[in-house]
Amino acid sequence: MRDFWRSNQQRIAPWLFLLPGVLMFLIYVIIPIFQSINISFYAWDGLGEKDYVGVANYVELMDDEAFYTSLKNNIIWLVLYMLAIPAGLFVALFLNQNVRGIRIYKSLFFFPFVISQVVVGLVFAWFYDPSNGLLNIVLGWFGVDAIAVLADEELVTYGIIAAGLWPQTAYCMILYLTGLNAVDGEQIEAARLDNAKGVKLLWYVILPQLRPATFIAVVVTVIGALRSFDLISIMTDGGPWGSSRVLAFYMYEQAFSEYGFRMGYGAAIAVVLFAIMMLYIAAFLYKMYRDERGR
Amino acid sequence: MLYKNKMLVALTAATSMMAAQAFAGELVINTDTSDPAPKAAFEAVIKGFEAENPDVNVTWNLFDHEGYKTSIRNFLTADAPDVANWYAGNRMLPYVNAGLFEPVDDVWQEHGLNDSLGSAAASMTIDGKKYGVPYTYYQWGVYYRKDLFADNGIAVPSNWEEFKAAGAKLNSAGITPITIGTKYLWTAAGVFDYLNLRTNGYDFHMALTKGEVSWTDQRVKDTMNNWKELVDAGFFLENHAAYSWQEALAPMVQGDAAMYVMGNFAVAPLREAGLSDDQLGFFQFPEINPNVAMAEEAPTDTIHIPSNAKNKADAKRFLAYVARADVQTEVNATLGQLPINSGSSVSDDKFLQAGYKMLSSTEGGIAQFFDRDAPAEMAKAGMEGFQEFMVKPERLDKILQRLEKVRARVYQ
Repeated sequence: MRDFWRSNQQRIAPWLFLLPGVLMFLIYVIIPIFQSINISFYAWDGLGEKDYVGVANYVELMDDEAFYTSLKNNIIWLVLYMLAIPAGLFVALFLNQNVRGIRIYKSLFFFPFVISQVVVGLVFAWFYDPSNGLLNIVLGWFGVDAIAVLADEELVTYGIIAAGLWPQTAYCMILYLTGLNAVDGEQIEAARLDNAKGVKLLWYVILPQLRPATFIAVVVTVIGALRSFDLISIMTDGGPWGSSRVLAFYMYEQAFSEYGFRMGYGAAIAVVLFAIMMLYIAAFLYKMYRDERGR
Repeated sequence: MLYKNKMLVALTAATSMMAAQAFAGELVINTDTSDPAPKAAFEAVIKGFEAENPDVNVTWNLFDHEGYKTSIRNFLTADAPDVANWYAGNRMLPYVNAGLFEPVDDVWQEHGLNDSLGSAAASMTIDGKKYGVPYTYYQWGVYYRKDLFADNGIAVPSNWEEFKAAGAKLNSAGITPITIGTKYLWTAAGVFDYLNLRTNGYDFHMALTKGEVSWTDQRVKDTMNNWKELVDAGFFLENHAAYSWQEALAPMVQGDAAMYVMGNFAVAPLREAGLSDDQLGFFQFPEINPNVAMAEEAPTDTIHIPSNAKNKADAKRFLAYVARADVQTEVNATLGQLPINSGSSVSDDKFLQAGYKMLSSTEGGIAQFFDRDAPAEMAKAGMEGFQEFMVKPERLDKILQRLEKVRARVYQ
């Protein structure tokens, strides 16, 4: 035994250290994925007997208007949420200077990321309020009629995304601020000597050095867009008539909400959402792999 | 979600601590009565029960009203209390079907509840067995601003034409006839229920919610066309989809809206907001089809014994206690609602008296509420459709077809 340990210590030790993490990851992530896929083939109310229904849940999903609305909204979220990255970069460039009290300004800009999403949702819901909200009071000064952003099926998703961009921009800003600290001053000096300035300097000299920050910003923003649940729940509860739902919210509604008793259908939605995320994760892993090899 | 979980953890911790020092019968009660009046009412009931039964030690877990709707499924299966409150009708069906509620016919038998609670017996019965004890109900109807009606020379409308005329008068005076907030959907179902009950009657309404009638039936369309008349005439508060029912109280308090189709629980916040009883009135939803007997909406709240309860003997004593006439009198005086027990007396609040008078002379029948009469999935789809219809009435056919599709699936 002792000999076995001694001769194999080098090989076994890393696995022992990995074991707790791997176990947790298996129990809380990997196994539930397969459980969800399994449940998606059943009709189950979460309480009684499970009935095997084959792919009926998926067939129904293909013919479900609410599913397509959610899918469309998810895509809008993914695209528009990316605005947080240039906005964050802009704010970071703006704040990256040495004046008196700059730390206070930086923390003020970072503030929305620190407060809870629920609070952000409430603040924006009041901001949009058609009778007393700030937005419509300001619009009123210009003689524009009140717009009920959160009660309009066309505008509602954009209204919620705008609320989500506020903290997300702050997050990207912090990422870029740390990135800017690491920008090599000599290179900028050299570029200046070569008469580069303004946008060109930013694009060809600074941005390439910020690539790691940009990469992380894209990752967290995509994840943020896909798990955009709390804002929707707080601001509209998926409404009006379900037009602000995204897949994550629709899944929750079908499986766990007050009127949802459809674990199987919810699981089917979760599987579709998982497949979409898988595309992104696969691309992400491939890029990581390529970058590692490139070095 | 996190908040709720935390609360559950805290609750279980509290429960186990209480259990450690327990000496006699331990009775665990879970309720969702988090609003001030219901909370006070339950506090009094539990105190009274403990005073009469010194050998029973009650642990009371108070849940947030909205959170309870999801947590009940967890605690009924995982860590069941001995008593839990819930709602009558189809709303308890999933738990009864899953065998999570205990039939309590013996309690009804032993304490003569079949007589005293007879009026609610039907809504407590599933497959010939009774699954709980009702302790309160309340009327729905139209709450209105008496002073605004008087200022504009409007009498209380008793039929459809008068109702529409009243609305037109209010509109021309710059007052929104009916305030409503449909963000959480169910308020629209209250309007639908009344329009359908008045247009097609109780039996049709029940057949529809039981899935026996097609949503594309001409009679449903008649109801919706009546509704469309109101929508087209600008009866309802603008942007109602952005408001909750509480937020929709504001225009009524400020005098910008004159009526609210609501349950009696709206009276308390309206009074708190400063409306006096001279300003606030109640009338029965007006008649639409004179050939249809007037039916009303009066949801019943109930208490149940979970099948996994540990102390069923004391739980039954508690149910019997809550069913008693004097207890129901007291509870409902605090709640501002109506007692079920025929031996109880109704508080002399004018709205309760009006509701009691209306409900005890109802000929058509008493409905629970759309989301209690119809199964959960149908209710959700229906209420979403109603909200959409109120904003986009031109989509009526599409909405009804969608509901018909849901019906075909839900009731199979």
